[in-house]
Amino acid sequence: MISIKLAYRNLIGAGLRTWLNVVVLSFAYVVIIWHKGFLQGWDEQARRDTIEWEIGGGQYLQQDYDPYDPLSLEAGHGMVPNDASAEINQGRLTPILALPAAMYPQGRIQSVILKGIDPQQRIIAIPSEALSVQSSEIPAVIGSRMARNNRLAVDDLITIRWRDANGTFDAQEVKIVAIFRTNVGSVDMGQLWLPLQRLQQMAQLPGQASILVADKRFNPTQSYSGWILKEQKILLQPIADVIRMKSIGGLVIFFMLLLLAMLAIFDTQVLSIFRRRREIGTLMALGMTRGQVIRIFTIEGAMHAVLATVVAAVYGIPMLYYFAKTGWKMPEMVDDMGMAIAETIYPAYPAQLVLGTILLVLVAVTIVSFLPTRRIAKLHPTEAIRGKLS
Amino acid sequence: MKKPFLVISLVLIVSVARSQYLSGDAILAKIDANLSSQNRILASKMVIHGRRDSRTIEAKSWVQGMDKAFTEYLAPAREKGTKMLKLGDQLWMYAPSTDRIIRISGHMLRQSVMGSDLSYEDMMQDPQLAHQYHATVQGVEHLQERPCWVLLLKAKTDEVAYAMRKLWVDQEQEIPLQEELFAKSGKLLKKLQLQDIRNIDGRWYPMRMIFKDMLKTGRGTELIIDSIRFDQEIPDHIFTKATLKK
Repeated sequence: MISIKLAYRNLIGAGLRTWLNVVVLSFAYVVIIWHKGFLQGWDEQARRDTIEWEIGGGQYLQQDYDPYDPLSLEAGHGMVPNDASAEINQGRLTPILALPAAMYPQGRIQSVILKGIDPQQRIIAIPSEALSVQSSEIPAVIGSRMARNNRLAVDDLITIRWRDANGTFDAQEVKIVAIFRTNVGSVDMGQLWLPLQRLQQMAQLPGQASILVADKRFNPTQSYSGWILKEQKILLQPIADVIRMKSIGGLVIFFMLLLLAMLAIFDTQVLSIFRRRREIGTLMALGMTRGQVIRIFTIEGAMHAVLATVVAAVYGIPMLYYFAKTGWKMPEMVDDMGMAIAETIYPAYPAQLVLGTILLVLVAVTIVSFLPTRRIAKLHPTEAIRGKLS
Repeated sequence: MKKPFLVISLVLIVSVARSQYLSGDAILAKIDANLSSQNRILASKMVIHGRRDSRTIEAKSWVQGMDKAFTEYLAPAREKGTKMLKLGDQLWMYAPSTDRIIRISGHMLRQSVMGSDLSYEDMMQDPQLAHQYHATVQGVEHLQERPCWVLLLKAKTDEVAYAMRKLWVDQEQEIPLQEELFAKSGKLLKKLQLQDIRNIDGRWYPMRMIFKDMLKTGRGTELIIDSIRFDQEIPDHIFTKATLKK
């Protein structure tokens, strides 16, 4: 206890030097917690939105369909399995047919993917009910990115050209009946959502689909011949990978921040031992063991972390709370990335993250504080009192 | 006054009589005889008219029947040395910058060639129209100041890229001067104009073709044939992958 009291008194007595170290360290705390909280919030939002808009509770992919290979679109479809019809009728699975096509906005040619979806489905958040409209033109819903990039608005007509199952060209006008806004770019960019049956007729592929999407409350386990089950966990893996990569990128910043703070504490400790060699000698002469003296100096150093926690809490909690409430507006340039990114990311700071960061900094500061004190072990009390370091 | 009237009437009567005499399918057979060949070697320029500027690509091609074609790009410098080999429905491409041969799957043959209005199929195929279409004579019109039969072609089978075509066929030279390609829905997709018709080795052949994707704005793509030789000896080794890297 006496060690703690002495350490605290010495630390406060050092005045500005201590507070400079504490402020730098508290800054490291807040930045680490903010960055990790930001990634945590992004991860949660991306998972939630991807489930809502794209993957539901998991997907069955037709064996020739590869969502990452546009060349697989022509052959990537097959008959919806008969034994899946019960699940489809009960609203636990919904079929989607994906086909390549060309679109002609403002006289330009652009490759698009036509996606046929059941207008009655409620499994993913695409506003497919808008496709129920009776119209001579083919009704289509598109995402806001697709609309912005091609200057399309509701009620606009646009020509699309596709090939049917025999490879024969066909072309017709589609009418934009709704524009949806989503964070999930992979259901938006370069895609036109059409009524499933209409697309099947257009392509002469009755009863065929490329994907069966499961409801998020339904855990698909049954296997269907010619279809590959992709569980929700596997489909979410790319998000986890991106977040992990971002975390690794953040580690560089953390390392530099901590390095600065640790360097300051290390220097403070070295200087402190040099300037207080008479005090060290006196303490040893009064009967303190070298270990006890080392402990006092180590605790002094480690207390920087404790004080930094308090200081970080004073300005960090209101600041982090503010960001958690108002969110962090993402620049437009990241909007076209492959994974779901909201316009505003709301950071999340779970207790595990905050406590983990405090513990990490405390351990690092304690180690850095201890290292210079090893010189004390070699010190002779009489020489120390005379102001010499042996 | 009566003489010119008689001449015009005579020409019209002869034209109508000829159009009635020849069936659409017979005209198609004559077109195929003119445009198709066992093999051909040609040097050509492709002028791609973009929104802002035009690009010219020069190439030399060796074509054998419908299934074998080898093309080497000669200019511009960026494309020079690029080679393409088509065997059946497969296409290999060699790019000197990567020094690699890439195989492109069958449906890529339908993609645009270097941003032009032509697909690989358009460029490399030797279309035997009579194999794919039934033709009916719709009437007689004048195009490029020449009397033409207007032919409507409807696909015999489902496995044809264009369900319907409309051809304006020169009555004398028995070669189309204009062609319109339609989608199944009847929408006009592409227009092809054939100009500068010359007699080469006893057959009429267009030395300038203008392809236009009608759904796109722009002036289309011109294919200018600088020289063409029919029924030449083409060594078999030309149509092998080994030639791509040579």
